[in-house]
Amino acid sequence: MSLVIQNLHARVVGGQEILRGLNLEIEKGRVHAIMGPNGSGKSTLSKIIAGHPDYEVTSGEVLLDGTNILPLSPDARARAGLFLAFQYPVEIPGVSNANFIRAARQARLAEGEELDAVDYYGELYKEMDSLEIPRSFTARSVNEGFSGGEKKRNEVLQMAMLQPSYAILDETDSGLDIDALKIVAAGVNAQRSSNVGMLVITHYQRLLDYITPDVVHVLVGGRIVRTAGPELAHELESKGYDWIREDLAESASA
Amino acid sequence: MRALKPAPPFFMTDSLLQDAPSAAALPEWFTKAKASATSAFEALPMPTRRDEFWRFSNLKALDPQDFTPARPVASEVCEELLASSSGIKASAGRLVFANDQLLARNTDAELAKTGVLWMPLSEALHSHSELLSRYFMRTESVLGSAKFQALHRSSVKEGSFLYVPKGVSVSAPLEAFHWLAGSGQAVFPHTIIVAEEGSSVTMVDWFKSASEARNMACGVNDLHVGAGAEVRYVCIQDWSRQTVSLHANATTVAERGSATHLGLHLGGLFSRIESLSRLNGAGARSDMLAATVADSAQEFDQRTLQDHRSPETYSDLLYKNALYDQAKTIVSGLIRVEPQAHKTDAFQKVRNLILSPDAEANSLPGLEILADDVRCSHGATTGEIDAEELFYMQSRGIPARDAYRLITFGFLNEVLERFPDQTVRERLQETLRARLHGH
Repeated sequence: MSLVIQNLHARVVGGQEILRGLNLEIEKGRVHAIMGPNGSGKSTLSKIIAGHPDYEVTSGEVLLDGTNILPLSPDARARAGLFLAFQYPVEIPGVSNANFIRAARQARLAEGEELDAVDYYGELYKEMDSLEIPRSFTARSVNEGFSGGEKKRNEVLQMAMLQPSYAILDETDSGLDIDALKIVAAGVNAQRSSNVGMLVITHYQRLLDYITPDVVHVLVGGRIVRTAGPELAHELESKGYDWIREDLAESASA
Repeated sequence: MRALKPAPPFFMTDSLLQDAPSAAALPEWFTKAKASATSAFEALPMPTRRDEFWRFSNLKALDPQDFTPARPVASEVCEELLASSSGIKASAGRLVFANDQLLARNTDAELAKTGVLWMPLSEALHSHSELLSRYFMRTESVLGSAKFQALHRSSVKEGSFLYVPKGVSVSAPLEAFHWLAGSGQAVFPHTIIVAEEGSSVTMVDWFKSASEARNMACGVNDLHVGAGAEVRYVCIQDWSRQTVSLHANATTVAERGSATHLGLHLGGLFSRIESLSRLNGAGARSDMLAATVADSAQEFDQRTLQDHRSPETYSDLLYKNALYDQAKTIVSGLIRVEPQAHKTDAFQKVRNLILSPDAEANSLPGLEILADDVRCSHGATTGEIDAEELFYMQSRGIPARDAYRLITFGFLNEVLERFPDQTVRERLQETLRARLHGH
C-alpha cells in the first residue's frame, strides 16, 4: 500500500514545465521528506497531486494504493484518501470552522447517511484540545483572522478529523515560531501510524528536528536528485543546496 | 400520591378569530388619510425608468390594476397556514395573518404586565387610536414609491402594532406571519414599532405564500426608535416566485437610539424594497443589512437612503446579493449628510456574488455630503466564487457543488452574523440554508 508518483511531468496550464519526470513512492506507515531550494517545484508538486486547476499533467501517473488518481477531481482525490496541508490555508468568510469540517466529513458518507452531530463534536473537541485550539474556534469563520500558527494548527486538526491514508504537508513550518512549531509537530507525530503515509515538504531542516522522517529526498529542477536517510537533511542544513547542484553538474558532464 | 397540577400554558392558545371590526368604526384621522391617499394614488403617475429612483427597474411586472384586494381565506386553508407558521422557538408573542386578516395571536403573559402593546393594527385603531395616529405613516416616501405608499395607505387594514414603553426591555423576540393565498390578489401588510426611551425589542416579520399563484404585496414598515432605545427588526421575504412585492421601510432614530434592520430576501418574482434610515438625534445609529438570494428570473430592486440629520450619528449599510440563473438585482444606495450633522460616520457596502453568466447585478452608490467633519465610505464589488476557496474545500473532499453552496452561504451569512439576537440569527441561518438547498 503506497502512494506512487511515476515519471510525473507537469506544467502551469499553457506554460512552463515544472515537474520533469518525478518518481517517488510513499509507503503507508512511513514519513518521507522532500527538501529543495526555492523554485525547485516543491510546493507545485503538492498542488499537482491534489489536483489544483492551475496545473496540468503532461505525462506520468499518481497511484493511490494502485489507482491512478489523476483523472479524478480534487474532491474525489481527497475522498480516496489524500490530504494536503496547505502552506497558505485559505480563508472562507462566513463559514464556521465546525461546519466546514463537518461538510468534509459528511462528504465521505454514503448518500442519505447523516453525520451524528454529538459524536462529531465530541471528536472535534478532543482533537482541538490536543492541538491547544480554543473551543471558540468552532464558531469562527474558516481561517479568517487566524494567526499563522493557528492556521497551521487548523490544518493539522482537519487532517486528524479526516484521517487520510496519505498526507502531504506543504511547508507546514513556514511562518511559525518555535512554540507553534512544536505544537504543530506534536499534532503531526500523534497521527503517525501504520495507516498513513506522509510527505513533508520543507525548505529548512528545522521542521525535521521535530518530525523525524524515515527518508529524505532532494528535489531540484523538477526531479528527485538525491534520496537518503534523515542524515541528508543535516548535510543540507550545513552545506546548503549548492553542493548538490555542483554534484549534478559534474555527473552531467562526466 | 396526588399528581402535580400541570403548569398553566405559557401562551394563550392559537385560535381562529372572528372578523375584524367594521370599517364604519374606524377613527376619523385614519379614514380621512385613507381618502386623500386614494386620490393621491390615482393622481400620481406610474413611475418610469426615466425616474432617478427607478433606473434599471423592470416596471412591466408592476401594474396594480391586475390585482384585487385579497379576499378572506377558507377556514381549512387557515388551519394549514397556522400549522405552517413555524418561526422562532421561543417568541414572546405571535401574530398570524392571512390575506390581511388575523388568524391567530398570542402574547407572553409576563410581557403584557410590562405595558408592552402587541396587537393587530385593526385592534390598535380602536383601542390606541391616538397613540397610533402619532406614528402611523408619518414619514413621507422619499425613495420613489410615493404612488405605492399611497396605495398602501388607501388599502391597509391589518398589520402588527408593537409599542414598548419607556425603559422596558423585551428579551425574547416577537414575530408576525403574513400569508398570501389565492390568485390575482393584493395584500397590504403593515408593521409599526414604537420603542420609547431606553427600551429594547426584537421583532421578526415573515412574508409567505400559500401557493405559487401570482399575487401582489404592497407593505409598509414604520420603525420609531426613541432616545437610547434599541430596535432589532428582521423581515424574511419568502413570497412565492410569482409574487410582485413592494415594501417600504422607514426607520427613524432619536438621540442615542439604535436600529438594526435586516432583510432576508428570498422570494417574489419582482421585489421592490425601499429602506430609509433617518437619524434624527445626536448619537443615533442605524445598521441596515440585507442578504438576497436571487435565482430563475427573480428581480430584487433595492433602494436605500441613510439620512443623517443630527451630529455624531452613525449608519452602516451592508447589502449582499447572490445571483443565480437570469436573476437581476439593483442596489441604489444614497448617503445624505445634512449640514448640521457633523461628526457623522456613514458607511455603505454592496457585495454581489455572481453564480451564473446570465445574472445581472447593478450597484448605484451615491453620496450627498453637506457637512464638513464626516467619515463616509461606500463601495460596491461584484465577483464570482474564489477559485482558491473552491480548491481548498475540494481538497477536503467536499464536492464542487456543495463547496459552491457552502461558500455562497458564507457570503450571505456574513450579513446574518451582524444581527445581534442569537436565536433569530440561527433561525435565519436555517432559513437561508434551506433556500440554498438544491443550488
